[in-house]
Amino acid sequence: MAEGMSWSVTDGDKLTQAEIYGEVLAQLGDKYSNIVAITADLASSTKIGRFGKKFPAQFINVGIAENTMFGMAAGLAQSGMLPVVSTMAAFASLRSAEQVRTDICYQKLNVKIIATHAGISFGQAGSTHHCTEDLAVMRSFPNMTVIAPADGFETGNAVVAAMEIDGPVYIRIGRGFEPPVYKTQDYDYKIGKAIKMRDGKDITLIACGVGVLQSMRAAEVLKSQGLEARVINMHTIKPIDKDAILEAVTETRRIITVEDHSIMGGLGSAVAEVIVESGKACAFKRLGVPDVFAIVGYPEDLYHYYKFDADGIVETVGALLKMEIEEDENWEDEA
Amino acid sequence: MPLTKEEIKGLGKKAWDIRKLIVETTFTCGGSHLGGSLSQTDVLVALYWKYMNIDPSNPAWEDRDRFILSKGHGGVGWAAVLGEKGYFDKDLLKNFNKTGSPFGMHLDSLKVKGCDASTGSLGHGLAIAVGLAIGAKMKKKSYRTYCMVGDGELCEGTNWEAAIIATHHKLDNLTLFVDRNKFMIDGPTEDITSLEPIDAKFQAFGWETITIDGHDFAQIGDAIEKAQANKGKPTVIICNTIKGKGVELFENKSQWHYGGINSDLKEQALACLDKFYCEL
Repeated sequence: MAEGMSWSVTDGDKLTQAEIYGEVLAQLGDKYSNIVAITADLASSTKIGRFGKKFPAQFINVGIAENTMFGMAAGLAQSGMLPVVSTMAAFASLRSAEQVRTDICYQKLNVKIIATHAGISFGQAGSTHHCTEDLAVMRSFPNMTVIAPADGFETGNAVVAAMEIDGPVYIRIGRGFEPPVYKTQDYDYKIGKAIKMRDGKDITLIACGVGVLQSMRAAEVLKSQGLEARVINMHTIKPIDKDAILEAVTETRRIITVEDHSIMGGLGSAVAEVIVESGKACAFKRLGVPDVFAIVGYPEDLYHYYKFDADGIVETVGALLKMEIEEDENWEDEA
Repeated sequence: MPLTKEEIKGLGKKAWDIRKLIVETTFTCGGSHLGGSLSQTDVLVALYWKYMNIDPSNPAWEDRDRFILSKGHGGVGWAAVLGEKGYFDKDLLKNFNKTGSPFGMHLDSLKVKGCDASTGSLGHGLAIAVGLAIGAKMKKKSYRTYCMVGDGELCEGTNWEAAIIATHHKLDNLTLFVDRNKFMIDGPTEDITSLEPIDAKFQAFGWETITIDGHDFAQIGDAIEKAQANKGKPTVIICNTIKGKGVELFENKSQWHYGGINSDLKEQALACLDKFYCEL
């Protein structure tokens, strides 16, 4: 199937990136004395336990009780603490959706949620643990900021930046074995501001999460074919960077979105909403998990299977280039 | 210190005022959760006029005791309490449920002063209260957190999750009231999904349990004082109450879980309340 399963669970020596979030949070404990880290029996799996080891008095493991955990987070925020909650994305977004919406988002409480194992990054675990709906759910909650970082460094940046926002933030990461996109954390990271990873005039790949790495790989292949693909890291799904999307519409006229999420309601839908409301036509395709419950397998194999790895992106670019679109920039003559 | 006769008389008078306000507001707004609002009233009056450390002129005071009405459908009764207590001009209740009003039938903490959590979806309040109580301990604050659930609400499993966690964290600064009026919307709790024995269930979860007549101020006062004195564990006070208490024509009748009243019914209800007050 996919080129080399070089970074799957069988390959534990590349865990460092995954643990950046836990380390960053532990460091933030020195700056924010009111952080209380909370998990539901996933201290180790989610890496939030690293904070707990450093600040045991500010760490709560509620056991396996996600709904109550999010309600407690609301109460803790109301009492002036800064709750950071971690569990698997499926439980944060689906099981506890109402607590997150009503107890936290409605009251715009200062709770940070770092949800792990999102998308099909825990592909071997099966449909109960896949989470291809969280972006759709979370971005429909008013007051919620929704972030899907590209790698460990960006997760660290997102966690730091989330602390500066007064209100709920949902950060979704994969299982933690994802390889790095960035070489360092030192780049211009701002919540709500997309990052142009490479420029190009032929097509734009707008990606989040693991989709960024796959898009970068695809862009390299496309370059060898003489095509210049723009790659945009849309790490913030909400509020989405409309300017970056509209610039891509105008300058490349072809857009593909890439995400480890259902194509229903996530990044692709968010980008589509911006494009359609702009009134400007654009060849457009959403890549991600189609409207199905995903099969079981190693994540990289599944990305290949659902055609949102580099191979699938390149294939889709080919199809999109064949699509007839109006090539001039005279929008006025279009309906 | 047990409540004095004078205090009990004063609280009884206040509960009578609140019940009248509930009936008036229900008449004005076209419909409200009468049954549960009238059953919870005496406990809320005891808390707000005797036991809670609060300042209505400073509703966001950090050191205030917290109260969460998890049974959010008691909102009209809670609003009557907050208005009567002076968190806002109680004339505002004339807009209850009206378009654009700050008061919906389930109170909103962003819009109603004194409301510590927006509730209504059942099974949420105790978890929030547990968070507040743990927060108090983490911040070394001495405020207490009080929460009231409806008895039917105990069907929601989140209560029992929160009960386990409250015990684990030894939340002796948390007191839960169960408004045991024995009805949910569809009928008597024991016919729909039986809850008994409620006290043994909480005991098994590690809680201190006290069962009282939830309309007897002497018992309510003693129970709250015991709860305040308990160390190392949370306390639940199971308040045996009467749904619709104080208005005979509403008492123990499922159809008055939620209902609207015309002027005739309002006058009858107020007359019932006057009779009830004279008997106190």
